[in-house]
Amino acid sequence: MRFTWFNLMPWPDLPADFREKNRSVWVDIDSKLFDPARAHDVYNMYMDLLEYAGTLGFDGIGVNEHHQNGYGIMPSPNIIAAGLARRTSDVALVVLGNSIALYNPPVRVAEEFAMLDCISGGRLVAGFPVGTSMDTNYCYGQIPALTREKYAEAHDLIKRAWTEPEPFAFNGRYTQLRYVNIWPRPVQQPHPPVHIPGGGSVETYDFCIDNTYSYSYLSFSGYIRAKALLAGYWDRVAERNAPDASPYRAGFAQTICVAETDEEAERLYSEHVLYFYNRCLHVFPGFADAPGYRTIKTIQSGALSQYAPVRGGYASLTWKDLVEGGHIIAGSPETVRQRMEDLIKGLNVGNIFCLLHVGNMPLDKCMYSTRLFAEKVMPKLRNMFPEFADDNRFWCKPLAKQAKVGNLPDAATVAASMAR
Amino acid sequence: MELKTIATHHVPVHYFEGGKGQALVYLHGAGGLTAEDPFLAALAARYHVYAPLLPGYGPSQECETLRTMLDIALHTADVVDALGLSDPILVGHSMGGMIAGEMAALAPHSVSRLALLAPAGLWLDAHPVPDIFAMLPYQLPQYLFHDVEAGRARMAAGTKMDDPEWLKGFLVTNARQLGMAGKLLFPIPDRGLSQRLYRVRAKTVVVWGDSDKLIVPAYGDAFKAAIANSQLVRVANAGHMLPQEQPGAVIEALARLS
Repeated sequence: MRFTWFNLMPWPDLPADFREKNRSVWVDIDSKLFDPARAHDVYNMYMDLLEYAGTLGFDGIGVNEHHQNGYGIMPSPNIIAAGLARRTSDVALVVLGNSIALYNPPVRVAEEFAMLDCISGGRLVAGFPVGTSMDTNYCYGQIPALTREKYAEAHDLIKRAWTEPEPFAFNGRYTQLRYVNIWPRPVQQPHPPVHIPGGGSVETYDFCIDNTYSYSYLSFSGYIRAKALLAGYWDRVAERNAPDASPYRAGFAQTICVAETDEEAERLYSEHVLYFYNRCLHVFPGFADAPGYRTIKTIQSGALSQYAPVRGGYASLTWKDLVEGGHIIAGSPETVRQRMEDLIKGLNVGNIFCLLHVGNMPLDKCMYSTRLFAEKVMPKLRNMFPEFADDNRFWCKPLAKQAKVGNLPDAATVAASMAR
Repeated sequence: MELKTIATHHVPVHYFEGGKGQALVYLHGAGGLTAEDPFLAALAARYHVYAPLLPGYGPSQECETLRTMLDIALHTADVVDALGLSDPILVGHSMGGMIAGEMAALAPHSVSRLALLAPAGLWLDAHPVPDIFAMLPYQLPQYLFHDVEAGRARMAAGTKMDDPEWLKGFLVTNARQLGMAGKLLFPIPDRGLSQRLYRVRAKTVVVWGDSDKLIVPAYGDAFKAAIANSQLVRVANAGHMLPQEQPGAVIEALARLS
């Protein structure tokens, strides 16, 4: 199993009446709610937590990209990952990912990911989301009906930039470059492993199967509601005669809260979980799905209604609803272990993106929950798929010899060296 | 009105045809066009009307190879050619007006009579056009109609929001039509027409509803100023959907081209 400690980086100070006074947490959220001095603390707390998770035995620490978003203050995950690369060792840096249709030219992603891979000594796990309609269309102005074509072209360009040994000319519809020849190049050859966040479209299933990329379902509605979507993926894997149905071909994001007992979990975490589901997920429906962003095939498949958030919206859900509906997995280590087993077996997923920081959870509670998961839950889930224990296709391959970071000689040693 | 099909280089295109008189090509707006449209009937009473449906609209299949303003303007010129028409009266509403204006700028010797009904295509910072792509259906009537309640009733006719199959059909239609419209209008409905309008040689009438809240009447002045041989006609008691709300007044304005 691969467990990644994942942080969305929510803004922790959305007011109690946020839903009533604002139409959306995303795209046109009130800039007056953002306090840069407070953000100084928040960013550093979140980066501290990511680094902390890196010391507890998680396989990866994960970041992602959102724009103009009150629950994800990370327009550039690469900046965060660069900081983490310097302050961690061993743990994978899971950047899930860069919305490659938004970078101009997209070789910027090939370059920055190669930089991260070099700085971290081959610890990068890369992700290429199409991006939500909120980010891609409404915040970044991409034409909805052309977004996927632009994405596909950007992907081809990045992959070639990583893998072709000679400079080449790229004559794309959206990007034309005479000399593609990125410097630096990634440590991991032929390129870092790639995970693709998807939302149930057959095209994305096929894209992952064809490229040996891992398919990730990053939802907030939990593992029970995800069964149909992942089942669709595994059906497709079988239909397409993929060489195997390795669980590492898939990943899933799950909100997890661990305490000593189920009651303690509710007492400690309920307010923070409800903060997330009530305030952070308050997105104006007009921004959810720009016409043309989804393919006609996807809409016709009925996938959207099938995987849509619960009727009445997240805000109507109580702690009990969220736990029973599997939106969150919360409770004692044993409760969480059982439900994680259900998730892992039920969805057949080898990559788990653990959302252990939730909403406006303060540092100490997050550390508490994270440590309990790492020490009392994670070890018991390690051998869920022994037959695929050697499947490393979807994970990073760090250099055996890692640089010693921040280990400069003192001034006297430098002076002595100069004197020689 | 008869629904017919014509082959083009890209995809077969469906079009409505009806009426007798001078040939007139009508290009619909982003909301599309149905056979029952009162404006089509009003046009057919005086002209021989051809109203093509853009790829993705109505039964016209979508076309992935039409991506840009130039692609779509040339495609529409192909449709006019395929219909065997030479210099028909060219009329466009909203997005259709944007396409018609572009066609008249690209081929000034092929378009001698042009009517732009509340056309899209320009952007004035002082009057930002509201984002129709982020609107929910219930929010549209206030921007589209002078008589908001009547407009709301017209838009709601035949909807069955509680029927999942109907809703799926609605979402598909919306994605096909507005997905296509987004190629011209998203995120800002400006593809550089302002720097090409000087080329238009057609005798042009620009028609605007006094109560247009989507593309406000200031845009009418901007179009008039940009097209040399043009006149501006303002229509009372009409919003952005002026062809539907005041078809008679629009037909009267078209008479100025003859």
